[in-house]
Formats: sequence, C-alpha cells, structure tokens
Amino acid sequence: MDLALLGRAWADRSGDRRRRVAVTTAVIAGITAVDVVATLRAGRARRARRRLVRMELAVTVNTPASEAYRFWRNLENLPRFMTHLESVRADDLRRSHWVARGPAGRSISWDAEIVDDRPNESLAWRSLPGARVPNAGRVRFLPAPGDRGTEVRVQLGYAPPAGRLGRAVAKLFGEEPEQQVRDDLRRFKQVLETGEVVRSDAGPDGISLGQQLRQRPAQPLSAGSGR
Amino acid sequence: MKATTWVGKDKVKVVDVPDPKIMNSRDAIVKISSTAICGSDLHLYHGYIPAMREGDILGHEFMGEVVEVGPEVGNLAVGDRVVVPFPIACGRCRSCQQGLFSVCENSNPNAGFAEKLMGHSPAGIFGYSHLTGGYAGGQAEYARVPFADVGPLKVPDEVPDDQALMLADIFPTGYMGAEMCDITPGDVVAVWGAGPVGLLAAASARLLGAERVIVIDRYPYRLRLAADRAGAEVLNYEETDVLDALNELTAGRGPDACIDAVGLEGHHGNAAMYAYDRAKQAARVETERPFALREAILACRSGGVVSVIGAYGGFVDKFPMGAFMNRSLIMRTGQCHVQRYTRPLLERIRRGEIDPSFVISHHLPLKDAAKGYQIFQKKQDDCTKVVLKV
Repeated sequence: MDLALLGRAWADRSGDRRRRVAVTTAVIAGITAVDVVATLRAGRARRARRRLVRMELAVTVNTPASEAYRFWRNLENLPRFMTHLESVRADDLRRSHWVARGPAGRSISWDAEIVDDRPNESLAWRSLPGARVPNAGRVRFLPAPGDRGTEVRVQLGYAPPAGRLGRAVAKLFGEEPEQQVRDDLRRFKQVLETGEVVRSDAGPDGISLGQQLRQRPAQPLSAGSGR
Repeated sequence: MKATTWVGKDKVKVVDVPDPKIMNSRDAIVKISSTAICGSDLHLYHGYIPAMREGDILGHEFMGEVVEVGPEVGNLAVGDRVVVPFPIACGRCRSCQQGLFSVCENSNPNAGFAEKLMGHSPAGIFGYSHLTGGYAGGQAEYARVPFADVGPLKVPDEVPDDQALMLADIFPTGYMGAEMCDITPGDVVAVWGAGPVGLLAAASARLLGAERVIVIDRYPYRLRLAADRAGAEVLNYEETDVLDALNELTAGRGPDACIDAVGLEGHHGNAAMYAYDRAKQAARVETERPFALREAILACRSGGVVSVIGAYGGFVDKFPMGAFMNRSLIMRTGQCHVQRYTRPLLERIRRGEIDPSFVISHHLPLKDAAKGYQIFQKKQDDCTKVVLKV
C-alpha cells in the first residue's frame, strides 16, 4: 500500500472541509467498497491519519491473469461486484469519476486517477484532491502455481472521518471492515467465473455479511418486491 | 404456489408462497412432478442443522418439467423433463472442473457464514438451511434452478419418475459411498444404516464387485430390504455385538471398507452409550451422535477405507483417533458430487442393472408433506422413503 499516496491525498484535503455542515455521507472507496460515513466536520489530518484503515486481501480466480486484469482495468466494471458503488465512469485512460451509494438515498462522488498500470500484472490508483474519504489501492494479478488460475491480491487504504457520524458508521459496519472487501472479492470471482453475481432466495442481492446475519426466509420474493 | 416450509423443530407446513422467478441468467424454472423427503431433511426437521428460518422451503430431491429458461441456458428447452442434482454447482470454478461439484466455490452466497463454522464453504444446496445458501427447496410446485446449464439431467420418457428421482441425491450418494471404497475382488464391505442411502450404497457395492456386503441397522423391515434387494448379509445391532459379528464374518480381518450411511443422528445398542452423546447433543455441547462412525473405524481392517456419506453438521466427540492412526486407515467423505454420476447411473438404470426405486415405500400428495415427515421420522408403516407427488 502506498501510504505516501494517502498522505498526499490528506494534505490536499485540508482546505476542503471548512464551511461544510455535518451531514451523513457514505463513501465507498475504490475496490474498497469500504463503507465509510463521513462527517464533513472531519478531524484534522493527523487524527485522520491515525484512523487510517489498511487491508490486504486475496482471492484465487479460475481465469488467466490477463483476463482478470482486463476486467478490472475497465473500471466501469467495478460496480458489478462492488455493490456499494453506483457507477464508475472512465474519463480517459487515467482519470475516472466514481459515485457511491450512501444511506438514506444519498450518494457521493469523487475523482480518482490510475498511478501505476502494468498490463496483466497490476494496477494502482488513488483518489484525487477533494475526495471526502481519501483512498488508494493496488491490485496484483499473479499466476497461481500449477495452473491453479490467478491470485488476485488487493491492498487498499482509506481514512474514515472523525466524529459522531464516523462512529455511527463504524458501528453500522461492524468490527470487520475487511468483510466488505472480502465480499467484493467473492463477487469478483463469481462474475469472472460464472458471468454474474450469484443470487439466492434468501439473499437476492448476492453475497453480503450483513445480509447473512438477517436473512429473509428461503422462499421466492413476491411479485411486487423487486430487488 | 404450494410449498413445504420449515416452521420450527419437528414442524413443517404446506403453505402458499410466491412463484419463483428467474434471478440469474443461467436459471431455469422447473414445474415439479415428484419430490422426495431425504433422511437429511430429518436433520433439519429435528433442528440439528444450524441456520434454518421459519418459512424456508424444504426439499433437495426433485424433478419435473422445465417451464422457463434464462437467456444463458442453451442446453434446456421449455418442456424438457429433468431431474435436478441437490448440490448447486457453477461448472466453471476449479472445484467444479475437477468434478468436485458439492464444493463449488461460487454457488453459496452465504459462504462467509459457512467459513466461520467449517473453515471453507461447501456448495449451495436447495432447501438446506442458510448455511448452504438460503435457496428455496423443491418440496413445492415449482423451483428455481440456478446454473441450469450444469446440473439438470434430461430424463427419457421410458424412465419413470420414481427411478429418475433417485438420481437427485440418494442413488449417486450411495454409489459414491461405494466408489470411495476402491472395491477390489474379494472385498467385504460393511454398511452402517439401512435407510435409502445405505440400501443404495449396499446395492452399489455389489454392482462394483464386492464379494460380500454386510448391512447394519435395527429395523427388521429395512434389513429385509437389504437382504432381498441389495444382496446383503444383515446384522441387527440391538441383537448382536457388531464388532464381534464383523470379526467373526471376516475371520478376524475386519471388513475391507466400512461405509457410514448414518450420520449425525445415530443410535447405539448400548443405552448408556446412546445417553452419553444424546445428552451432550441436547445440551448443544456436541452436535453429532457419531456411533456409526466410531464403530466403522474400530471395525475396519487395518489399511482399509472408512467411507462417510452420512451427513454431519459440526463437531464429533470421542473420535477414535488412535485406532484410525495406528492402523493406517483411510477416510474418504463428502456431500455427493451428484453431477458426476447422473449420466452413468441413468445408463445403469436403463440397462436394467439396478432399479433404485426399490427404496420407496410411500407416495403422498404434496399437501400431505407434514404427514410424510412424521411417518418417515417415526418409521411408521415400514416407511423407508416418501415421495411427494405434485
């Protein structure tokens, strides 16, 4: 994880929060699908840095590295397995615009750029100045030994804001923010291998830990209750 | 539509629920003609498998007619008559490509939940708790079948429902139990449990060339079926000391392979032994009553195979590891990789080598599912297998 990238993102952020009212916003950052509610009355940069969340997760997919890379490199595919992303629009080969879903129908957007691109091997990105939840990540695609597919290894980091809403979010998403990313990677594997996110009657939206704890019964949805 | 739902411990109810819909592009919807109650449904019925919810539709053995297919299902058409394997498998992950369909890496949306209990997740299963995906089951008028391009097998008209339905689970499961024994000429195979799976494991062991098959149970009517229809010698464990009898029958060698077709709700001829595990299970400090497994390990000849196809859910106490390790035993196990076996076993049925429907004792209409569970559970009226007609 390029902490330096994050550090820089922070520095850029300092003037950004001045006159903002405290509002709730959910931000899902990048591969991250890390759900963070930001209060705009965020703490100082150094406090934020102390709260820096970093993680490293991996999944093995039964496709060549080139295929996994190609799918990821088309950033507009990301919302297909990162359920908290509404959309990603690639402005050009380097820059992109991200929109994440938040609570109460709110959404939040930010711009990001690719900072390192090694075709079929790895990809790294970071949010641009102005992002409410600065974030950065890297994904590597490594051929697994003995023709076992591709190891997709993700590193990412983000800085949740301080304050009451930050705490509310931490509570909402539990002690394991990694679970969100783990679920994303499972969905990534499903989409690459089977073509789409796998749905069951009890889990019509596919994988999610929160859903696993509060499932509906395993019977078909009624006609009116769409997903 | 009507569907059999789990209400709570020892209670199921046929209720009206919404019709299933296509949710993924590789789904099909099947209008069910026949569906069966499995011994493992009784584990759910008795509340031993975690993560059931009131309203869950039960049933993982079903067949019927395809009435709708998703855009990515190229091999099936509306009107096809199919039998559906109980494990849901994507066909594209590495496990599926190795033929390990019941550990498909993509079909359990609740994999994270299963990993907490089992380390890694098995495949999704129809109507078999939220631990294996929260999929609606097939004891209903219709079912949604995910990955319909992988699992369902088209059944020719001349094969009746009762024979084809056994391909959804119990015939392949029994067959895999026998196949895992690596049977060679002269082998003696012992089978614990003369339920439908045990009976079909015994019959399969004969098909695969076992010299002798010995079936162990306590219900005379089931042992009669084992003798008459599976060509087995039988032992009633309430009348005989099983270890002594097996040693006697094999002149001290022990059976070359031992199949546990009982699983987590076993019984024991010794009341004190039974009470020990039953009490721990009731207190939820042990999830299983592994009498058959312990006995199979002790009985098996040194270097032999213990093949476990009875269902287990959690943790076993007093596992005879000393016997297992010191005598070079091999254990093979797994939920059946049904998709591997449906075609070859359909061929065996068509060639007249076996008629697996001999295990069926009762046919009831779907609306009487609750009664079906009850007579199967209590083994009333010489019940071995209940088929529900829709």
